[in-house]
Amino acid sequence: MIPSTLEYTKATSIDEAIAAVQAGARPLAGGQSLVPMMRLRLAAPGAVVDLGGVAELVGVCEDGDEIAVGAMTTHRAVAADPLIGEHCRLVAQAASGVGSLVIRSRGTIGGSLAHADPHGDLPAAILAAGGSVVARGPGGERRIEIGDLVTSYLTTSLADDEIITQVRLPKGNAQSAYAKFHRRAIDWSIVGVGVAIGADGVRAAATGVADRPTRLAGFEAAVNGGGSIAEAAAAAGEGLDPTSDLDGSAEYKRHLVGVLAQRAYLEAQG
Amino acid sequence: MATVERKTGGGIGEAVLRKEDRKFVTGEGRYVDDLRLPGMLHAVFVRSPFGHARITGIDTAAAEALPGVHRVLTHATLPAETGVLCASNPPGSDVRQPEQPLLARDEVRYVGEPVAIVIADDRYLARDGADLVHVDYDPLPVVCDAEAALADGAPLVHSEYPDNAAATLFHETDGFAEALAGAARTVELRVVNQRVTPMPMETRGCIGDWQQSTGEVTLHTSTQVAHFVRTFISFVCGTSEAKVRVVTPDVGGGFGAKLNTYREEFAVCSASRVLGVPVKWIEDRSENAVATIHGRDQIQYYTAGVDESGRIVALKLEAFQNNGAYHQLLTPTISHLTVFMVPGCYDIQNISIRMRQAFTNTTPTDAYRGAGRPEATHGIERLMDAIADDLGLDPAEVRRVNFIKPEQFPYSSSTGLVYDSGDYDTTLDEALRLADYAGFAARRAASEANGRYRGIGLSTYVEVCGLAPSAVTAAIGVGAPGWEHSTVRLHPTGKATVITGTSPHGQGHATSWSQIVQTELGVPFEDVEVIHGDTAFQPYGLGTYGSRSLAVGGVALYRSLGKVREKAREIAANLLECSVDDLEWTGSSWQVKGSPDRAKTIQELAGAAWAASSMPEGVEPVLEATTFHDPPNFTFPFGTHVCEVEIDPDTGRVEIVNYTAVDDCGNVINPMIVDGQVHGGIIQGLGQALYEETVYGEDGQMLTPTLVEYLVPSAADVPPMTLARTTTPSPSNPMGVKGIGEAGTIAASAAIVNAAVDALSGLGVRHLEMPMQPARIWNVIQEATS
Amino acid sequence: MGQTITVTVNGTAHTAEVDPRTLLVHFLREQLTLTGTHIGCDTSTCGCCTVHLDGEPVLSCSVLAVQADGCAVRTVEGLAEGGELHPIQQAFHENHGLQCGFCTPGMMMTGLGVIEQNPNAADEEIREALEGNLCRCTGYQNIVAAVRSAADQMARS
Repeated sequence: MIPSTLEYTKATSIDEAIAAVQAGARPLAGGQSLVPMMRLRLAAPGAVVDLGGVAELVGVCEDGDEIAVGAMTTHRAVAADPLIGEHCRLVAQAASGVGSLVIRSRGTIGGSLAHADPHGDLPAAILAAGGSVVARGPGGERRIEIGDLVTSYLTTSLADDEIITQVRLPKGNAQSAYAKFHRRAIDWSIVGVGVAIGADGVRAAATGVADRPTRLAGFEAAVNGGGSIAEAAAAAGEGLDPTSDLDGSAEYKRHLVGVLAQRAYLEAQG
Repeated sequence: MATVERKTGGGIGEAVLRKEDRKFVTGEGRYVDDLRLPGMLHAVFVRSPFGHARITGIDTAAAEALPGVHRVLTHATLPAETGVLCASNPPGSDVRQPEQPLLARDEVRYVGEPVAIVIADDRYLARDGADLVHVDYDPLPVVCDAEAALADGAPLVHSEYPDNAAATLFHETDGFAEALAGAARTVELRVVNQRVTPMPMETRGCIGDWQQSTGEVTLHTSTQVAHFVRTFISFVCGTSEAKVRVVTPDVGGGFGAKLNTYREEFAVCSASRVLGVPVKWIEDRSENAVATIHGRDQIQYYTAGVDESGRIVALKLEAFQNNGAYHQLLTPTISHLTVFMVPGCYDIQNISIRMRQAFTNTTPTDAYRGAGRPEATHGIERLMDAIADDLGLDPAEVRRVNFIKPEQFPYSSSTGLVYDSGDYDTTLDEALRLADYAGFAARRAASEANGRYRGIGLSTYVEVCGLAPSAVTAAIGVGAPGWEHSTVRLHPTGKATVITGTSPHGQGHATSWSQIVQTELGVPFEDVEVIHGDTAFQPYGLGTYGSRSLAVGGVALYRSLGKVREKAREIAANLLECSVDDLEWTGSSWQVKGSPDRAKTIQELAGAAWAASSMPEGVEPVLEATTFHDPPNFTFPFGTHVCEVEIDPDTGRVEIVNYTAVDDCGNVINPMIVDGQVHGGIIQGLGQALYEETVYGEDGQMLTPTLVEYLVPSAADVPPMTLARTTTPSPSNPMGVKGIGEAGTIAASAAIVNAAVDALSGLGVRHLEMPMQPARIWNVIQEATS
Repeated sequence: MGQTITVTVNGTAHTAEVDPRTLLVHFLREQLTLTGTHIGCDTSTCGCCTVHLDGEPVLSCSVLAVQADGCAVRTVEGLAEGGELHPIQQAFHENHGLQCGFCTPGMMMTGLGVIEQNPNAADEEIREALEGNLCRCTGYQNIVAAVRSAADQMARS
């Protein structure tokens, strides 16, 4: 299939990129979601601005209690990054399972978050890690917690003229893991669960159970309240209302949340 | 099996590396999308978004106004000579044959049915144009399920057929009812063989090139059956078959998807006829999912009358086949192949089969790897396990008591076939040994200790291959024969050209046919070129499908080589001044018996035959021979596959931990290629067992339109396999060969499902439907344990 | 509305004008007539169109040609040198790792990427790494063997 007609510009700085977005262009990061959607004509942006030439958007560095990850850092780089692996292991794990090797070469962490697929692994992993993004627009920068970023299917709270420039991952998530379940290796997760055991207790979040990544309140309450892991797993699906589809019923998906939360928790414990 | 040493050249029986490979690994393969003709334009089809609707208007003005768009054709603006497409069954047969206009006339009957064709400078502009074609539809009620379509009051797919009945096959042996009534016990089972899609990695595509001055038309198309396409172009486009040439470039897989004659092939010819330039169409994958045939989609109700040993004394099958909205080339024929093979490799004398074929608002079904035979094998092999389960017997033993025994061959089956040869106990014994069937109980105990279910499953299969004796194709209503052509031509320099009617698309015929030439004629492997798939070269070729290429086309080649050899013998006798009876064949020359110094090599004889200066009386120049081989019978490969699975009770995932296949395809030309066919076949069967299903919603929408929803497995999703072979030559042909292209697919699904059922048998589970996706298995476990 | 790009393909710089919506795979196939790179799906699932972009295996159907401006692309046509097959090509041939040949260029380009990223990959890791490349003919057994064999060959040389 063939994309519709479009105009293309390539930004070399964040400011250039924001100017193009202000003028109506859609940001094109790694393109691993947007280009296929354009091919199927599910998306038809009249103009795109390629962020691939903005050097300052790439790379991982320590910044106090956080790790700053450039939005255009590829899944492959995130998966292999020693800082992320040490301090935020579940995010590295989630990145290593996105798509396939050829997709991880191009796809980016910022692009995944902005695309906001309800089956994406990175939003759930970063939500469990307590991460946030830095968004920049003409009026300057702001922080958006991941839990506030995704608002619905393929929809975020970013303003039309904002782009994600950084993902901020808190340290202190060394004890963490991401567990996913899918049919084929390349498939989107039916359900995925990230668990982080931090100083303030256990955080857990799932993908595939709602229109956005979702904290597992039942699981967290049980495990932080001193319950057994089996009790916590049984409570993990509480309050969730996933969609029944070809991958399975809502009941099955709620059950999977518990199975995966338990597996991730046990792996996080080491 | 010991690894056979691979070689760069050789004769029959050797693992010769393929001469086809170099162009493919260097990117020099030439598939249809790689071809460019001068002045060529590009086509995109506008397709129905509805499962069933009346067309109330088509507005092409906006599309035709788009710069770069040359023309938009609809049914109304196709050339006046254009006819309609239907199946290969001749008029007057019992099969209903709805007309299939190239572009929908006034009604669309499945999602994806072509409505208009947009021709533009390039495919980007053609796609833009297609989005601007406005079609008004008046939606109509849909029915997608075969049983529902045949029920009273179902929406009608074709208003002229008030019951949606496409055809019914009925076969019952004398005394069946008494035998069933007298059985000690009966075992019943409902089996669904779900709808699947062939999905060759190369989609379809074609280029039509109509010369307006001469009326000659050339179609380059990705097909398995160039000559069928040519014959149908003459019918559908209204021209002389002698003016039509169909050329097959490299073909990126077929699996039955390209064993057909499609509307798009005729439409690009018609478009080229109108526009006077070549027109190319390349199918998108999401288009392939709706516009290319699907496979299977059969619902079966078995009733077996058995004795206390598990022996079947009478077998009844009531089945429903979903034919889709129209009949493609062989749609109504596939059910015959199921009916033929219902008894499998078992001696079942009393049988009753009713196969009701239905029209539905879905893409037509037709041949997909195995074509009717996987349905039969999956059913009977599931039934064998159900019998074993009901009677508390070992599934292997139930098979043994029912096997046709070696001394019963040739064996006349209750469905009218004569099985050529077989030794079913031997492949079963060997497979059980390789799979360590005896040690399974210990492995199951170990798995259970880890909280996982473990099961082992068998599939003992026999397939009907080598399609087909022409008398049989006629008897089942197919308007086409089953013979095959070959020509062998020796050039003055002693090199050989083989022209074959088979149409390889991955099977390696250039290699295997060269091996046959080396062994039978002494022309070295590397001196042989093989031409296929171009109607300008062959008198006629029936093509490649139905595991027929070697057993029919290879035997045609073998016979041509024999003719060349015998002609060479006459020329040699003349040159050596002796009688033909004084000569012996050395493998590459004719020599006077006992006198190696008095000999003529085949190359020398080819030169002499061309020079023609010293020919025996009445012998024509040139060493060349042609054969049209009509096989006297089918061939019947067989074997045993054993699958071992573990099931994770928490997620329902079925994981294959061991897969062993022992196949018997008679004599083997190239064991490396045979193993490759078995590997690929098994994984397609595995795909159906675990991953793949083509799904329609109740509104007739296709819910699995891309490779994201239709789960073709990758390397990461399938296990390694252990293969072995036994050799029981076929007596039906002089080479003793049978065929192997479909065996893996025919055998695999039942072995895998039987293993999963066995794993859950402790919970009282007796049957599982395909695909055995985790959610389905988890639900079964929940129901069984709650 | 064409845009001028320069892409170095298999060592040769090509400057051309492209419509911005042109996919890299169509640029390679239609404008440079390098038809060894194939298209098997429209959803980034099949891997038939895999090429190396600045040394990394990517899907050329999911990259716009304009995004490759200034980049180096390696396709299947750039594997053999001086008429001598690359070890990955030789290994696919010797292990019967192809049948119809359609997935083969993409499979080899990904296989090469796997070897470069993990030269000692075990069979199981090779299978995982090939998850994004579909083959409908071979059942993968001989493809895995071919990648393993090529890795060994490349390690020796």
